[in-house]
Amino acid sequence: MAKPHRNLTRAYAQDLRLFGTPWAKAGLAMMILVVVMLPMVVHDDFWLSILVYVGITAVGAIGLNLLTGYCGQISLGHAFFIGAGAYCTAIVGGDLGLPLPLWLLAAAAVGALLGGVIGPFALRLRGNYLAIVTLGLIFVGEHLWRNLKDVTGGNSGTSVAAPPAVGPIDFSRLEIAGEVYSRNQGYFWLVWGLVALIALLAKNLVRTRPGRALQAVRDRDQAAEVIGVRAGHYKIGAFMVSSAIAAVAGALFGSYQQFVSPDEWNLLLSIQYIAIVIVGGLGTIFGSILGAVFVGALPALIDRYSADIPGVRTSVGGEGFISVFALNQAIFGVLIVLFLVLEPRGLAGIWLRVKTYFKAWPFSY
Amino acid sequence: MSPELTAFLTNCFAGLALGSTYALVALGFVVIYKSTGVINFAQGGLLALGAYLGYTFSENLALAFGLSILFACLAAAFVGAGFERIVLRRMVGQPPFAVIMITIGLLFIIEPVLTAVWGFDNLQVPNPWNIQTVEAGGLVFGVRDLWTIGITIAVVTAFFLFFRFSGFGLAMRATAFDPEAALAQGISAKKVYAVSWAIAAALAALAGITLAAGPGGLSPSIGFIALAAFPAMILGGMDSPAGAVLGGIVIGLAEALTRGYQDQLFSWAGDNVSIIVPYLLMIVILLIRPYGLLGTKDVRRI
Repeated sequence: MAKPHRNLTRAYAQDLRLFGTPWAKAGLAMMILVVVMLPMVVHDDFWLSILVYVGITAVGAIGLNLLTGYCGQISLGHAFFIGAGAYCTAIVGGDLGLPLPLWLLAAAAVGALLGGVIGPFALRLRGNYLAIVTLGLIFVGEHLWRNLKDVTGGNSGTSVAAPPAVGPIDFSRLEIAGEVYSRNQGYFWLVWGLVALIALLAKNLVRTRPGRALQAVRDRDQAAEVIGVRAGHYKIGAFMVSSAIAAVAGALFGSYQQFVSPDEWNLLLSIQYIAIVIVGGLGTIFGSILGAVFVGALPALIDRYSADIPGVRTSVGGEGFISVFALNQAIFGVLIVLFLVLEPRGLAGIWLRVKTYFKAWPFSY
Repeated sequence: MSPELTAFLTNCFAGLALGSTYALVALGFVVIYKSTGVINFAQGGLLALGAYLGYTFSENLALAFGLSILFACLAAAFVGAGFERIVLRRMVGQPPFAVIMITIGLLFIIEPVLTAVWGFDNLQVPNPWNIQTVEAGGLVFGVRDLWTIGITIAVVTAFFLFFRFSGFGLAMRATAFDPEAALAQGISAKKVYAVSWAIAAALAALAGITLAAGPGGLSPSIGFIALAAFPAMILGGMDSPAGAVLGGIVIGLAEALTRGYQDQLFSWAGDNVSIIVPYLLMIVILLIRPYGLLGTKDVRRI
């Protein structure tokens, strides 16, 4: 009997495969190769640091996409959990001096705990109460960060002296086969390794029972409950996982930047994450990473090249009609509206369309 | 009167004035939520837009302040209806969370546009109220606060009369109650949606101008006060206009009293704790009465 064509899906299990076609496997291998090789090719600290921030953003975006893309709940409080993770790292990694895996896990635990405490207020109700409650969380959180001076250092911020090291492996000073790599190079591998790990975890979560339950709650919550999905439980669960991942992103952010202050965890940061998951593609893990690459780097790039963009003023009272902050704000707003109206499936949707076109090439229509 | 009582009453009065602003904004939230099922985050942007338009009308065009308010509300209503027509109508049939995120996007578009047009500086809106005060019974009232409360009472009354007695008000209530049945009766849902947005935007603009005429002046961050009206909406019940007014007043009073007694009673909670009081109240109400003081309990038929 002839072998069926590789494009033909004959069973549900086939549909759920992680790496379907040989092409997908080759593509993945290429991506891994690029990530491994990139820091050896790019030595410029500015670009490496941008790529590190993009990786950290990708981690946080995967978390938000689990909640918003798969469960249909909007959280404006992502910045709060990122901040919580960063401060937790300052204590566990910095003051207590515990190694890398422990402070990452501690941040995740704190994020999940906070999510589990806050989630039930909003999520036991139907409708989008979470958006409003987490909006309040941003303001309450900012008040806490500014006033819990023992933990956060108040307005002036706190240093995060968490070493990215476990045992003999120190990512801030990697030594492989006699060659010493810089801090940025080490962080690049650490962060993007974690992006791969968390993407794999998230992918496995969404292609199994919990993931199907989340999508059922998103699409028809009543029908989901009728067939035995505890909507409230799954919504709170999704919020906890999303908060835990956000806190991990915050831990990486704090340890990479070595200093954090309460000004960073504002509403705009949360909006940036929402823009990322929308631009990347709601309900796709790959889309979160794509979105982080395209949107996550924008603020840093705008900041660097602000002098060359017409109309942007670079200092208080300087020339130009729009500040760097306001420009970021406007770009995020425009991206959110344009993508939701014109391309709700985001960049991942565009990619999928291109892929299906070439799958049947030259007989596509 | 003892000084303590005077201080208390003064704080209460400030709370009423602040609460009136919240009530107007929250009323706008409820109108849109009831008719379209959308939580409108762009309300703060419309508030700021209305305030800046009011500034332009009275400062640059030198119109009388009353006329400026009227024109700014009309212009904001036009913009609100435009949002509905150009952006939101394309989203009919999309899941609610996508539509809510659109309004978040709109909020973040409006603010930079305002700063690009009017700049970042704190502006003073020329107005007849200024910092004048009236003294009555040993208490000092700000003229602006009195006007804010008066205008709010008038507008809220007009609002309820419109919905109770006018034909179009009935049409809007019908659409909120059962969109399909209303459609079958020949009520244009498009018109109802557009008018809801226009009303909400006009209410926000009104709140914005009265706020900008106050001591704080007018700055791009004025729209953020609308975010504190969300707790008012939840406190009163998301689908209850009367609840929105009640919630606004309660939140305003709580915030003003906390601010007034910050040094005596709340110094342990850190500086400016009054800013987060609305959100803390909201969490308490979600715990004990999640559908709000006057909202209808969510009943599901399976």
